[in-house]
Amino acid sequence: MQTLLQNLLNGIAVGAIYALIALGYTMVYGILKLINFAHGDVFMLGAFVGYYSGRWAAAHFGDQAGSGMSWVIFAGIMLLAMIACGLFGYFNETIAYRPLRSAPRIASLITAIGVSFFLEYGGQFTFGPDPKFFPTLIEKHLIHVGGITTTNYQMIVLVVAVAFMALLQYIVYGTKFGRAMRAVSFNYEIASLMGIPTDRIISMTFVLGSSLAAVAGILYGLSYPKIDPLMGIMPGLKAFIAAVLGGIGNVPGAVVGGLIIGIIESFVGGSRFSNFRDAIAFILLIGILLFRPSGLFGKYEAEKV
Amino acid sequence: MTKGEQRAASSERERSSKSLLAARRSPLARMPWWIRDLIYAAVFIGILIGLSYGLEAIPITGMAYYNRIIVMIGINITLAVSLNIINGHAGQFSLGHAGFMAVGAYFAAYLTVFHFGPIVDKLVEGSTYAWVARNALLLTAVLAGGLFAAIAGYIVGLPSLRLRGDYLAIVTLGFGEIIRVMILNIDKIGAARGLSGIPTWSNFFWVYFFCGLTILISMRLVNSSVGRAFLAVREDQVAAEAMGVDATKYKVKAFIIGSFLAGVAGGLFAHYTPAYLNPTMFMFVRSFEVVAMVVLGGLGSISGSIVAAIILTFLPEGLRMAKGVLHMTKDPRMVIYSIMLIVLMLTRPQGLLGRRELWDVLARRKDTIPEDPRDEGSTPTDKLDRDAGPPVT
Repeated sequence: MQTLLQNLLNGIAVGAIYALIALGYTMVYGILKLINFAHGDVFMLGAFVGYYSGRWAAAHFGDQAGSGMSWVIFAGIMLLAMIACGLFGYFNETIAYRPLRSAPRIASLITAIGVSFFLEYGGQFTFGPDPKFFPTLIEKHLIHVGGITTTNYQMIVLVVAVAFMALLQYIVYGTKFGRAMRAVSFNYEIASLMGIPTDRIISMTFVLGSSLAAVAGILYGLSYPKIDPLMGIMPGLKAFIAAVLGGIGNVPGAVVGGLIIGIIESFVGGSRFSNFRDAIAFILLIGILLFRPSGLFGKYEAEKV
Repeated sequence: MTKGEQRAASSERERSSKSLLAARRSPLARMPWWIRDLIYAAVFIGILIGLSYGLEAIPITGMAYYNRIIVMIGINITLAVSLNIINGHAGQFSLGHAGFMAVGAYFAAYLTVFHFGPIVDKLVEGSTYAWVARNALLLTAVLAGGLFAAIAGYIVGLPSLRLRGDYLAIVTLGFGEIIRVMILNIDKIGAARGLSGIPTWSNFFWVYFFCGLTILISMRLVNSSVGRAFLAVREDQVAAEAMGVDATKYKVKAFIIGSFLAGVAGGLFAHYTPAYLNPTMFMFVRSFEVVAMVVLGGLGSISGSIVAAIILTFLPEGLRMAKGVLHMTKDPRMVIYSIMLIVLMLTRPQGLLGRRELWDVLARRKDTIPEDPRDEGSTPTDKLDRDAGPPVT
């Protein structure tokens, strides 16, 4: 029972990070029908912005871990990473995807792969290919609750992730921008006829998704402090699976998908099939897609002639 | 002249013109088809043998390096053209090609390392027997690897009965990764250590022999009834089914043919120097590279795939000089490579050749094979869009 709860908790903590990345995938897909393969690498970029700004902060303010100041620095770093990745997302969309808006959709898929390669190789070029250790922004301590052990990091991950998901939920369903976003996702052409500035909405969607990926990057760096330029590949892929699992284009679906993948992975990792941890997400995905071809919450559109 | 005489005269004229035509046609065209094809095959093999000796004889320092690039180009052409059958002709977006390649590579390597290698080792080194046995066993291993990959392709192709567009893409990607993780867990073939000690039997000749065979199969396929069915399924599955095309059957067929050829390419890759296999070589990033070749060349264009495979294989190697030219301490070639990939795609969104073939472009035969209006981006209904939801133009 205790190992069960322990695995569940670990799984939720990883799943929350997957869910944050998956949100970016699912929003971009919902609005552009584009699999933005570069998204996992934007997550890596966020972690590296956190790494460098964390080191800068440590050099200027000294070791603040443990004091109240550490929270301010943590929030500042997260904000900085969000701004940097948001800007990257904006330029990524305007340079690599917008010119291909009227081209076959597969062309922008290839530029997405190109941008992904660019971030990976560019990261190896500028940051160096060797792994780096994410600075300890906040002092780590263990929390024991009724036999299960957790860290304050897991709590931070959960609280921050839930806060941002709530914020996103509010933006998408509670603001004028969110309504415009949903309109564009529903029908691009009619939305633009109704006077919605579709290009701006799409750019803003990228900014939103990329800054969520930055948050995920910082949280990942905090929990697993070894970062390298290729770290975005596997979490990015799993987050993408999470988005498909939940029904791609569906915002709550991405969160549920992320949590499912995180929890299952945690359980498999703790069992004797731990070698298959990287494959289990796919096996689950194939299993679910065979029975629900549009994911758990996706709506299946029958093909009309 | 009576009518009968007229008819006789005209038919005489016809006959003489026919025989004139026949005489004007090349002697090759008058032969039975199988003799003609045998001659073509003999010429092709002769050229390959000549080239393979010629390339080794070129006295340049580092020729082994250039030879390796040339062989890698051949393997990538085979991969790109075979993926083009699945993605370009049958329109089933697959992202699992590296997985099929891995199956072929590992199965062929397993056969040669554990079964065929010892047989050849018993024979006298350098003897004719050893030479014949080596090549025959390589051929067997590579074809067996291809067959094994084809079985994998059949299994992967099955979900395509239910899934469309992006969902199919992610499932094929998933199968590719599952194959990789499974290989990682089979200790007999090296698991994470990788499989080393594979005999280096593969060479220029075999790589380009299968490369030519792949191109031939692909070209003959397009103009066959099967190829026509592929195109029909790609253009509109519902309409194709209404016309009596068994879409399911042809989709799976495309997967089987494509994955067989990818497996063959993998088998040849495994036996080429340094003859070492590692599961990380077959990560989905490898599939992306092949997809990039197919799309960059133009989906459905065989010669486009070939041209793009040559460009994208040569580019990272050719960019090695960039470090020296730009006076950099680190090697920027892969960064430039990725930027060039983006720029190429932005300038030619429909692919280098669109849906046409190189020879159509060179002959400016725009009239016979009209460029797809979609390629110009003038119509909003893209095939994949229709599969996945409302169009985005």
